This record gives sequence, structure tokens and C-alpha cells, in this order.
Amino acid sequence: MMDFQVVVLAGGTAKKLAPLVSKEVPKALLPVANRPVLSYVLELLESSNLKDLIVVVEGEDAALRVGGWISGAYVDRLHVEVAAVPEDVGTAGALRAVAHHLTANDVLIVSGDLVSDVPPGAVAATHRRHGAVVTTLLCYAPVSGPSDTGSSAGKDKVKKSRYNIVGLDPTRQLLLHIAAGAEVEKDIRVQKNILRAVGQLEIRADLMDAHMYAFKRTVLQDVLDQKDTFHSIRQDVLPYLVRTQLRSEISANGLHKVEDNANGRVSSQNYVTWMSQHREIAPSAYQELLALSPRSPENALRTHKCCAYIASKSKYCARLNSIQAFSDINRDVVGEASHLSGYSFSSQNNIIHPSAELGSKTTVGPQCMLAEGSQMGDKCSVKRSIIGRHCRIGSNVKIVNSVVMNHVTIEDGCLVQGSVICSNVHLQERVVLKDCQISPM
Amino acid sequence: MAQKKGHRSLSSDDPEELARVPLQAVLLADSFATKFRPITLERPKVLLPLVNAPMIDYTLAWLESVGVEEAFVFCCAHSQQVKDYLNKSQWMKQPGTFTVQPIESHDSISAGDALRVIYNLGVICGDFVLVSGDTISNMSLKEALQEHKERRKKDPLAVMTMVIKHSKPSSLTHQTRLGNDEILMAIDPDTKELLYYEDKTDQSQRFITLDKMLLASTPTLHLHNDKQDCYIDICSPEVLSLFTDNFDYQHLRRHFVKGLLVDDLMGYKIFTHEIHSSYAARIDNFRSYDTISKDIIQRWTYPMVPDVQYFGNCSQMKLDRLGIYKAPEVDQSRTAQIRAFSLIGNGTAIGDHSVISNSVIGQSCTIGRNVSIQGSYIWDNVIIEDDCKLSHALVCDGVHLRAGVVLEPGVILSFKVEVGQKIVIPAYSKVSLLPQPSKQDSDEELEYADANSGVVESPSITSIANTRNVDPVPDSPDAEHSDTSEVGISGVGYIWSTTEGGHEEEWRHSIAPIPAEKLMEFCLSAHTDLGVSNQDVNSLPASGELQLDSESTGFDDGEDYKDSADFEKEVEATFQRVLAGVNPENVILEINSLRLSYDMSHADCAGSLFYSIMKSALSAPFSSNLSFGNLI
Repeated sequence: MMDFQVVVLAGGTAKKLAPLVSKEVPKALLPVANRPVLSYVLELLESSNLKDLIVVVEGEDAALRVGGWISGAYVDRLHVEVAAVPEDVGTAGALRAVAHHLTANDVLIVSGDLVSDVPPGAVAATHRRHGAVVTTLLCYAPVSGPSDTGSSAGKDKVKKSRYNIVGLDPTRQLLLHIAAGAEVEKDIRVQKNILRAVGQLEIRADLMDAHMYAFKRTVLQDVLDQKDTFHSIRQDVLPYLVRTQLRSEISANGLHKVEDNANGRVSSQNYVTWMSQHREIAPSAYQELLALSPRSPENALRTHKCCAYIASKSKYCARLNSIQAFSDINRDVVGEASHLSGYSFSSQNNIIHPSAELGSKTTVGPQCMLAEGSQMGDKCSVKRSIIGRHCRIGSNVKIVNSVVMNHVTIEDGCLVQGSVICSNVHLQERVVLKDCQISPM
Repeated sequence: MAQKKGHRSLSSDDPEELARVPLQAVLLADSFATKFRPITLERPKVLLPLVNAPMIDYTLAWLESVGVEEAFVFCCAHSQQVKDYLNKSQWMKQPGTFTVQPIESHDSISAGDALRVIYNLGVICGDFVLVSGDTISNMSLKEALQEHKERRKKDPLAVMTMVIKHSKPSSLTHQTRLGNDEILMAIDPDTKELLYYEDKTDQSQRFITLDKMLLASTPTLHLHNDKQDCYIDICSPEVLSLFTDNFDYQHLRRHFVKGLLVDDLMGYKIFTHEIHSSYAARIDNFRSYDTISKDIIQRWTYPMVPDVQYFGNCSQMKLDRLGIYKAPEVDQSRTAQIRAFSLIGNGTAIGDHSVISNSVIGQSCTIGRNVSIQGSYIWDNVIIEDDCKLSHALVCDGVHLRAGVVLEPGVILSFKVEVGQKIVIPAYSKVSLLPQPSKQDSDEELEYADANSGVVESPSITSIANTRNVDPVPDSPDAEHSDTSEVGISGVGYIWSTTEGGHEEEWRHSIAPIPAEKLMEFCLSAHTDLGVSNQDVNSLPASGELQLDSESTGFDDGEDYKDSADFEKEVEATFQRVLAGVNPENVILEINSLRLSYDMSHADCAGSLFYSIMKSALSAPFSSNLSFGNLI
């Protein structure tokens, strides 16, 4: 994959994920099946042969930790630069900070919390094929599946939470409308001129912007320069580019070339369409229009293309951006999306590290993971849970639907259900936890 | 209501299985519009010839071909003429399975009224086809009917199926080739349910706003602006009762369809059926008259083409190369040329060196020498003397053009108009023997008055012939006896002034092609429009979620603010009237009603009153003795 630079926005210590994240464990290093979540993105990129990466981390401390981990884990495999940006600059701000590092024609921007098996190469290829200014990865929004909140289903179904409202052309390649964030819950407002240009527009509520974007570098830099209030790629930059695609404002230097090759073609196609319509209605007018045809640059309507790559339904695509998502992704990665974890499963459909020790009559069910050096006492039961490294678990402990990180001590008779227990936590005897997040900080 | 509904659906379901219900159709032989004025003052639109056969014949022939057994022809304006025509025609005579039955009404002013009349007659007993008498189609209804019936079985609330067809409107003029305005529709791609319908789009509105609830039941919907409404509907009997229940529904689309889509209480649903290869269109205006005539000549409507006897048109048209149709008895000079896509009716004579192209000439016309007719429609018994030039004009029966007359594009000459020598009728003029109805006359009423009085009798023509007036000042059509004869010496007729704002639309719906300047104008304005829209886009405060939120509230506040500003102004104005001597009691009432209508609180009321008091106190410090206290 030539001439594609990759920026991974690894975030910082997101407040949404408190108490799971801390100074020691920034978001990028949160374990998913006992691997930092960032490793999923890095390996996904590596699989598409995208090895030249810039990882942007919010906060110096977090950056140091992430950098340390990357250089340890990927020393020979990837060429990674880690850049630190101040906190709360938003995704657009983070890109502004590293913009001067970008030199390639196109830039692929990936969120560091993406856990997916959609090949980034496919997104990049779509981008190139269309000569688009931006191509975004859309995937099917997870159907609010068998999560634990099913009890209040009646109400939830009416207010199905949506991720995005997306407008596509009939071929489903052009992105013509996107509503993100708070706009999603409002009435849908579609620009008429865009609808007129395509004739038919498909509006969908079942797609989600997966935070993987391919940008034309010059365009991205221009937008970031000119619109200094833009804070977020998803909510500002992308909607802006989509809104203005029929009347591109992105200034000359970068775009002119592109226009001539790719987008010029589109606009002239549209142009030809209506011209031919008018030839029928008004033959004489057609001639005059041809003479005055807006081929001259100052007259031409400059357009740019925004494209979408829609991942097939079978692909897994999730973002670790909430505690719920953290639990779900951990569950999926050793469950239905087990190919993502990179581990080999035993015949019981679970992963028990050879160095782990199990007491007598202790059972570890399917879709579980028990990492190296962990010890479990007698008569324990583990179901659909992940247990990290070097945990000490007493006897008669039940762990269901939970994530236990590293170096956790759980004494006898505890019951842990639907919870997340962070590293170094010590649970004394007969603790009962249900839907809790426990952190030592 | 629910009970009634249940009962209905049962009663319409059962007989379907027990006894076969004949397929019925309601044909509205009145367009309830005035777009074909002045011609329709004298003859109903459905009887106007379209490629030398009355429009209604096309519709009836189509209804017969799709298996309709009973057609109810609803006539209103000029109902006598329609009935007479039907009685004379073979439709009423022919034995067989297709029966035509006229229904007459004199006080209907809309499609809604018509359907209410039909409901009260109680003649419709099952699903029926609703068309107007100016529909040209060759589509098969089988599939659409089948779909409709199956849907009805599953869901009795699916009351209507609309036929649509692909047709992309021009991106400049925003009208389709039929001259209709563009239509915006939202359709569920799986069920084909119509979710949103917008015609007469407000061009200043650059956004379509769809209710967010539309996406609650379905994850996808398709927004179309490339579809054309064929105005062929398959309706369930409920449609009629719905019109009766909602007595304010007038227009089929604007009121009924939109009303049903907006009303989620009753939950009635409308579905669409798209046709791809067959033809269906409605003559709504002069441009669609022109377009559809060309389509007929170019045989898109096969078998409804002039050389096929699909209904009793006896003349044996012969089709030559290049789409030239000629009746057997045409007296054509050797030196006259008939060019591509033209039709010459029976008994017409064409003089030396005359050239006819892209035109339809009716029966028994006389065309002199060196006449040029281009893109025009000449009806029957027209006399065109030497050296006339007609381009994109519509000339009705019995018109007489004297030598050297020039008709500029878009001219309409109504029945029996006479134009004097070497007169140039300016573009888009409408000339009629009847004076233009004065503006205060409601259009509909007038048409009905005409309908009642029947056709205009010939005496009135002769009387006008003496005045041979024309009206140079567009705003005073009643200045009858001015001697500026725009229709020339020995001309007869009034040139209608274009109504206010009507001129703007004249070119849109005319037979004439859209003038080049207009297109350029649109082309340029499209540019500037986009520029404006971009400024707009920029001015959208853009930023993350928080900002977006604040944007929305900011926007709402803006409206609120505007509202409250209005409110304050109103209160102030009302208050001023106390100072002017209006009884304070009444003013209190008024302010209270203002408060209610603007949905304001007492505090707002007191606030703005206080403001007005202070303001008037400032401007007139010592003048007022009234006590203001009791107002608050």
C-alpha cells in the first residue's frame, strides 16, 4: 500500500471509561482478551501492510506508556512514531498537532479503540478508486443484542439508539448525507440540491461510522487550517465535507489537480445529463449554453467526492468507547468474534494458558480465557469471563460474564457477575459483586 | 370508527372470495384546474383533441384494456358536453363487459367533492381505479392490482396504491419533461410504502426535513426526486369514506395523500407501484400536452397511436417514414413539405411551399401557401392563409388566420378566434373570443357558471366581432372598446392579459420550449444559489457534540426570540391603543388572547406590558392619565 500514511488516534484517559482507565492504564492499553486494545488496530493495519504509523496519544504520561508498550511489542514489525498532544483537543485538534508530519497523498485515520476485522486496505482502495476527498468506513450497527439490559426492552425498542443517519447514492458508494452526534436524534434534514443531483438517495439508520477514514491529505490539512473551530473529525470535518460536496470550497492548491482527474469527471457527467435534457426541451438554448459552458475555471462548480465503504454484515466492528462496550468486546473476542483474538481455542472452546493452575472440581466454561500464571482454588466456576495474568483466586469462587485483569486477588467464596475488576484489586472473602467496576485507584 | 373499519374490511374481503366484484373505475372528467384556460371556458378539458382524438377516449380505452368493467365518468364543468359526447360515442353503445356511466354534479369544486358525491351514490363496492380523464397510459394494471389486493389482505389499512414512474426533473428548472413540478417522495424500499410526499416544493427551502420517526420502523428509506406521479391510483372503498370523513380534503395529493401520511392516528398507508417499460402520464398543462402528443406520435404509447384503431376513430391514418402520419384524404400541394413527426388530419389542404414539421394538424383545415408551421397543434376546421408563420402554438377549432400572421412561441388561440392580416401575436399570448374573467371571480365558480350556461352561443361572437377590441394594458382587461386591434383589422378576440405572477410561470407550462435566456438565468442562479447555500453551511456553528447541542438550542432560542419579539411588538401595539382611547377592558381581553396564541406566560405578558408602559412613558412623559395598573 504505497503512499498512505496512517494516523492512529489512540485517545488518552477517557473519562467515559473511568474507573477502568487510569494514569497507568490509558484507554489504548485497556485489555481486550488480555491484549491492549490498541494491538487490535495495529495488527489490523499490519495485515493490510500499512506499517508506517503515527500514534497520537492525549497526555504526555499516557504517550510514554503507550510508546513504551509499542516499542516493546512491535519493535521489528512496525515503524511507529508516538506523538503526544494535550488532552481535550478533540480528534481534529490531535490531527492539527501532527499535520506537519503528514506528507503522503492520502492519510488513513483510525481510531485506536477499534476492534474489527474489516481490512483497512479495502477502505484505502475504495478511496483511491474514486479519487475521493474522504472515504469513511461504515459498518452495520450492532443490534442491541442479548445484552443484560434486556429487561426494559419495551421502552428501549422504541428509542432504539442510533449511531448515525447516513445518506447514500443508489450504488452505495457515495456518501451524500451524514448526521452524527446529537443530530441523529433530530428530524432528518437532507439537502435538496444533493438529492437533485443524484435523483435517489438512500437513507439508512442501521449503519455506524466506524472511525476509519481515508482523507486526501491536502484537503484534510486545508480544512483543519481554515476551520479552526472544528473539534471532531466525526462531527465536524466529515459532515462539513459531505455538506459541501457539490460546491467545494477547499482552496485551490491541493484540489485542482484532483478535480481535473477525478471529480471533474463527475461534475461534467452531471452537467452532461442536464444538458441533454435541455437539448430536448430547448434545442436552441442548448447551443447557446454549450457556448457558455462553464468549463472555464472560475465558472465551474467545483465538486468533491465523499465515499463510503460499507463493511459486509459478517464483519465484526466495534469501538471500545464505553464500559458497556468494554464488556461486550471482551465477551465477543473470546466468543462469537474469536478469530480476532489471535489465540487458539481448546476443544472446550476456551483458552487456558498452560501455566495456569486449576484446583480440583474447578470448571472453566466455554468462551472463557485464563491467562498465564493465574491460579484458581477448588470448586470454582468461570463462565463467559476473562481472567488476566497472575491472578490468585481462592476456592468456591464464581465468576460469570466478567473481566478480571492482571494481578487480582480474589479470596474464597466470592461471587463476581457482570463486573470488571481492574488490575491489582484485592477482593476479600465472600464478596458479592454484580455489575460493578472495581479499580484500585 | 374502528368498528366501522373492521366491518368494512370484512365486507370487502368476503365478497371477494364468495362472489367476484367487477373492477370499477372512477374517471374524473374535470381537472378542477384552470391551466387550460381560455380553451376550457368553452369546452371541457377531457374533450380537447390530443393528436386528433379527445383525451377521454385515451383514458377510457386504457381502462377497458386493463379489464375495468364499470367506469363512472364524473362530469362537472361542461357536464352536458361530456354527456353528449359519451352518448354519441361508441363507449355507451358497445355491448360487452365495459360499461360507462356518467355521473353529473354541478357544485363540486374539487376532486374531494367529486369523491364525496360518488360515495353518497354508493356505487363503488370494491377496489377501484381512480384516474382523471386526461390520463394516457398503456400500462397493465394486473401486477399493481395484485399487489394491492395482497397487501389489503394482510393489512386492511393499506388503502391506496399510487403508480409512479422514473423521470428525472431538470436540475435547472426543477420540473419534469411533462412540465410538472418536481416531486419529493420517501419510499420504504422493501414494502414500497410511501412515507413522505412533497409536490409544489418551496424552492427557497434548501432542506427536506423528514420526521425522525420515519426511520423508527424501518432502517432504510429511499428519497426520490426522480419519480413522476402518474396520477393513477388503485383505491380501496375506504378512500371514499375518508374523503367523506374529512370534508376539508379537496385535492387528491395535497390534502388526501399528505393528510394520510401525516396522520398516524388512523394509520392508513399508501403504497407505490413503479412502472418501468410502460407509459403513463397525465396532461396537466400545455407543456405536458405537447410532450405527450410527441410521445404518441413517436409511439411510446403503443397501441394508442394514431394508426391503430383502438377506439372508434374511423380515419385510416397511414404512417410514413420519419413518423409522418397522413389521413387518406389530404390535399397536399406538390411543393409543400411535411417533415418528421407530423400528423395531418382528414380533409386538410396544404398549399404550395408550405412547410410543416413536428406538428399535428386536425381535420378539414385549410393551409395556404408559404405557411410555416413548426411544433404546433392545429385543431379542426382552421383556416391559415398565405405566408403565416406558426411556431409552438396551439390553435383551436375554427380559428382563422389571415395572410401574414405570425404566432410567436407559446401562443394559444382559442375557438373561432380570427386574426387580421400581418399581425404578430406575441409569445405566450392567449387569445379568446371570451373576455378574461375578472380577477375577483374565483376560478372555479366561473367555470361552473359556464358549465351551467352551456357553450357560448354564436350570437355573442358576432357581437364581439364588431368591437374587435384588444387590451393593451394588462391590468385592465375590461377596457373593451379601445381601438388598438392587436388581433388586427377584421380580427376577433380578446388577448388575455397574463395574470399577476402568472407570467413568471407562463414559460414553464407553455408548449414552447424553454427560452435560452431563462435557462441561462437558471444556470447562473444555480451558481449563486450554491454560493449562498455554502455561506449558510459555513455559518452553521460547527463543532463537537456539545456545540451541536448548543447549536440546536441556539436555533430554537432564535425562533423563540423571534416569537417573543413578535409578541412584544403585538402587546406594545395593543397597549398603544389604550392610549388611543380603546376601552381597557377590551385591551385586557386582547392581550390575554395574544398571550394564549403565542403561548407565553403571565410573566412574559407583564414584562412586555411593563416595557410598553415605560416606553410610552418615556416618549410622552406627562400626557397620559389612564391607569395602567388594571391592565396587568
